[in-house]
Amino acid sequence: MAQVVVVTSGKGGVGKTTSTAALGAALARAGERVVVVDFDVGLRNLDLVMGAERRVVYDLIHVVQGSARLSQALIRDKRIDTLFLLAASQTRDKDSLSDDGVERVIRELRPSFDWVICDSPAGIERGSSLAMRHADLAVVVANPEVSSVRDSDRIIGLLDSTTDKAKRGEQMEKYLLLTRYDPVRAERGEMLCVEDVLEILCIPLLGIIPESKDVLHASNMGLPVTINEPTSAAARAYNDAARRLQGEQIPLVVPSDRTTLFSKLLGRRAA
Amino acid sequence: MKFAGLFGRQRSATTAHHRLQVLLMHERCAGGNPDLIPILHEDILAAINKHVTVDADKVRLKIERGEMVSLLEIDIEIPTHVKQNPERGAPAVQFR
Repeated sequence: MAQVVVVTSGKGGVGKTTSTAALGAALARAGERVVVVDFDVGLRNLDLVMGAERRVVYDLIHVVQGSARLSQALIRDKRIDTLFLLAASQTRDKDSLSDDGVERVIRELRPSFDWVICDSPAGIERGSSLAMRHADLAVVVANPEVSSVRDSDRIIGLLDSTTDKAKRGEQMEKYLLLTRYDPVRAERGEMLCVEDVLEILCIPLLGIIPESKDVLHASNMGLPVTINEPTSAAARAYNDAARRLQGEQIPLVVPSDRTTLFSKLLGRRAA
Repeated sequence: MKFAGLFGRQRSATTAHHRLQVLLMHERCAGGNPDLIPILHEDILAAINKHVTVDADKVRLKIERGEMVSLLEIDIEIPTHVKQNPERGAPAVQFR
């Protein structure tokens, strides 16, 4: 029975889609059965980041409205057998998502997968509230930047009040994924540091993803960074975060891409 | 970092540009009928069901959108013991 995870943030552009793809691929590579679901109806992009944009036939709206079956709409990843994508519709608007339809889709996905990862749209409106409604666990993506932290705080409030789990009186599990982190600038006091953000948001940390050129490179290529550059600092940080989701205890460090002349000559990255 | 890696990195912007061109070309011209594949799916299913009864999810359509042409892959699963459509006599077509 799957764990349903929502990847959310409130603010746009902080790395929800990148993180959904990277975490999904990392879990699938570890042998888990994973489906990533794009809830950004009208502005889908998870297909593009996953490199499946040319293969979308049916999408979430077709399944929600009953005009296609789930098995027809799931797109299997070309590289990892256990990774699937359910794309959002590009042409409908978010009002096409009915509460009952989304609930049925999540219910149908649960028995076939270990992880259902819902990529939430930005904002706090219908799309984002439906993406989080059925979640068992939330990954709150934030950048070390004032507006992102403020919006994350708002989203945490909504996770604790509007989700099914909250309405049943249960506690929603929430984890912070801090992305685009620059340890050098944080050290110099030019950027909010991990401790600052944690003190404000008061939720446990799932991972710290360093600012990395490899993330853009991976999205250019249409591959999750954990597949495209598995040894890069960003990929290692996402892999660690995925293992923490699986319940492993891994010390929190910010992986670095810093290379020495010696490691360059060897064609390797320093850990 | 290896030299091949360096060149690959430079070319990723070219890959991104090309992927976007192909995607947007399809999205812009598909604006008239984004549901082409679902409609084709129904028509194909209806055509087959004139002769043999096949479940909707046994007709699978896959598409690979390309620059010049798109490749439509139709995968139809017909049960070994073909159930004839009652409106017809013997199966009108033989599937080879």
